[in-house]
Amino acid sequence: MFYRLSGVHHANYVSDSRIFKLPADRNLTAFIFLIGLAAPFIIPSLYLNSYMLPWLIWTAAALGLNLVTGWAGQLHLGYAAVMAVGAYSSIHAARFGVPWEFALIIGGLTSSVIGSLFAFAALRVKGLYLALTTLAMQFVMDWVLTHSPAISGGSHASLQSPTLALLGQEITTDTGFYYVAFGWCVLVTIFMLNLKRTGLGRALVAVREKDFAAAILGVNSFYYKILAFATSSFIAGVSGALLVATFFFLAAPEQFSVAVSIQVLAMVIVGGLGSIIGSYFGVALILLVPGIVNGLVVTLSDGLGTQIDVETLAHIPNAVYGALIVIILLIEPLGLGKLYGNIRDYLMVWPFDQFKK
Amino acid sequence: MDWVFLSELAINGALTGLLYSLFAIGLVLIYKASSVPNLAQGGLTMVGAYVVLALARDVGLPLWLAIPLAAVVMFGLGFGIERVALRRLAGRPVVMILMLTLGLDIFLRGTTLAIWGGTSRSMELGVSYDPLFLGDIFISRIHLVGAGVALALFVAFMLFFRTRTGIKLRAIADDYMASWSVGIAVERGVGLSWALASVVAVAAGVIWGEIQGVDQALSLLLLKGLTVAVLGGLDSILGAVIAGIILGVVENVGADFLDPLVGGGSRELIVAAVLILTVMIRPHGLFGRHDIERV
Repeated sequence: MFYRLSGVHHANYVSDSRIFKLPADRNLTAFIFLIGLAAPFIIPSLYLNSYMLPWLIWTAAALGLNLVTGWAGQLHLGYAAVMAVGAYSSIHAARFGVPWEFALIIGGLTSSVIGSLFAFAALRVKGLYLALTTLAMQFVMDWVLTHSPAISGGSHASLQSPTLALLGQEITTDTGFYYVAFGWCVLVTIFMLNLKRTGLGRALVAVREKDFAAAILGVNSFYYKILAFATSSFIAGVSGALLVATFFFLAAPEQFSVAVSIQVLAMVIVGGLGSIIGSYFGVALILLVPGIVNGLVVTLSDGLGTQIDVETLAHIPNAVYGALIVIILLIEPLGLGKLYGNIRDYLMVWPFDQFKK
Repeated sequence: MDWVFLSELAINGALTGLLYSLFAIGLVLIYKASSVPNLAQGGLTMVGAYVVLALARDVGLPLWLAIPLAAVVMFGLGFGIERVALRRLAGRPVVMILMLTLGLDIFLRGTTLAIWGGTSRSMELGVSYDPLFLGDIFISRIHLVGAGVALALFVAFMLFFRTRTGIKLRAIADDYMASWSVGIAVERGVGLSWALASVVAVAAGVIWGEIQGVDQALSLLLLKGLTVAVLGGLDSILGAVIAGIILGVVENVGADFLDPLVGGGSRELIVAAVLILTVMIRPHGLFGRHDIERV
């Protein structure tokens, strides 16, 4: 229908290794990119700031986790701790007087170093045991964060972020914050889109599928696992720093607790392992839907004239969030990205028979 | 070195550790039957405690009746969870199953709190708070009762695994393909393991609810329970009991040494360290099977 194709047929390797194999995909992406650029002029600033901005930054973070969990196949339940490392080190650097551009890079690099520690667990065990080890490491990091006032910022355990300034411009408006988040998310997306076309991406997939088979093919799985953890930690660190600099404005240990690690993993898995468009969907679903459902419940109860307990209302978003994870996994274990792919494949040759690869 | 004080720490640590075992037995039961790491055990424990309270307070039943009734309710809930959710993901990669149980945990916690509210409730089992002195050593009565329950459950499960149904569960744990081929209803067995784990969750919920109040904090036992289960070998109930005692003693004595050095709150750190060291040095734990896939 929209695609006007009878299937995807490549005549040479160059066309097979394009980022966008269909013109329709490329046009859609360009269209969404333009909407993203124009968003501050279309969307009211309240929605821009409270929905679009966190959505973009969390998507960048989720793409980083997708790199290590979806591409390299290593379970990671300590991602929020790595984000915290980046956030705290950039903010300390910025408060020290380092320009923000370098502060962000310092945050990313510190995260890479600490995040690579998680890789040493991945060198020993995998699957469930790796998940448990990274979970325990998250607890250790949380503990260090809450018990060292030098890092977390004194008795109130909160650290004010200095005003964000990039390329000599102080950024104080909602539009400015939005463009910073948008720029970072686009950068990470371009990186991830290109990843599967590179040797690195293929090596990571080889390690995920079977590490000893990869070793036989000459892929050094130890090296690539550390590389995957370091790269994803860099993305995590910068995302964490930007999250504090443009959204929270105050860094506190609870922003990077175990629950947040689980939330990012939920975003990745609900979105679909190894799917880029899926990460966007997954983050939107996990981040936005519980709040929307809560709003609906309030409207509905007002409409019916019944009073719902305040405590009940406070916990409904959590119940919805859990239910969403369960329901999506039961409907399509490969996530929203796969659902989107199914619809796309169907429409590609509609009204004719199913798309055959 | 004050030996009386040290032995008091060790004995109370061991009793607390047995309470961790009480929690971990639920994890082990499910892992044994289906190799599913049940990260929703914390949520189940919380639901168990709240159901007991709902039957006792809101319906007005006496506690001795409310607890078995809650066990029956939870038995059904566990069976239902396996039937509706876990069975459909059987054979999927572990990351999805982990996420499913995490989602279940969040859902159970959110629903429980949405129904009954987040304020802490008390269980009021009627166990006296008077200290019990063993020579010079002070022992908490409720911990003693809980340790007794944990040991009783351990013995009960040891006996249960000798019955016909128990042998079927052991066969499933050993090799579910082979069990299938000799006509064992594998799905029902796995469902039964979830149901039994939910019943264990009622016991853990009641005892822990009495100790620290019935609220959201009950689900935070998960890390300690997981550590005990992994240290014990994930598929060994005896391992869970012994690992519980070890973790309890190490945590209680270690925290006493470490707290002055780091300014308090070192228990979490010790538990996390034990978990990391176990996985790094001996992933199959003390009594686990040796077929864990290493890199």
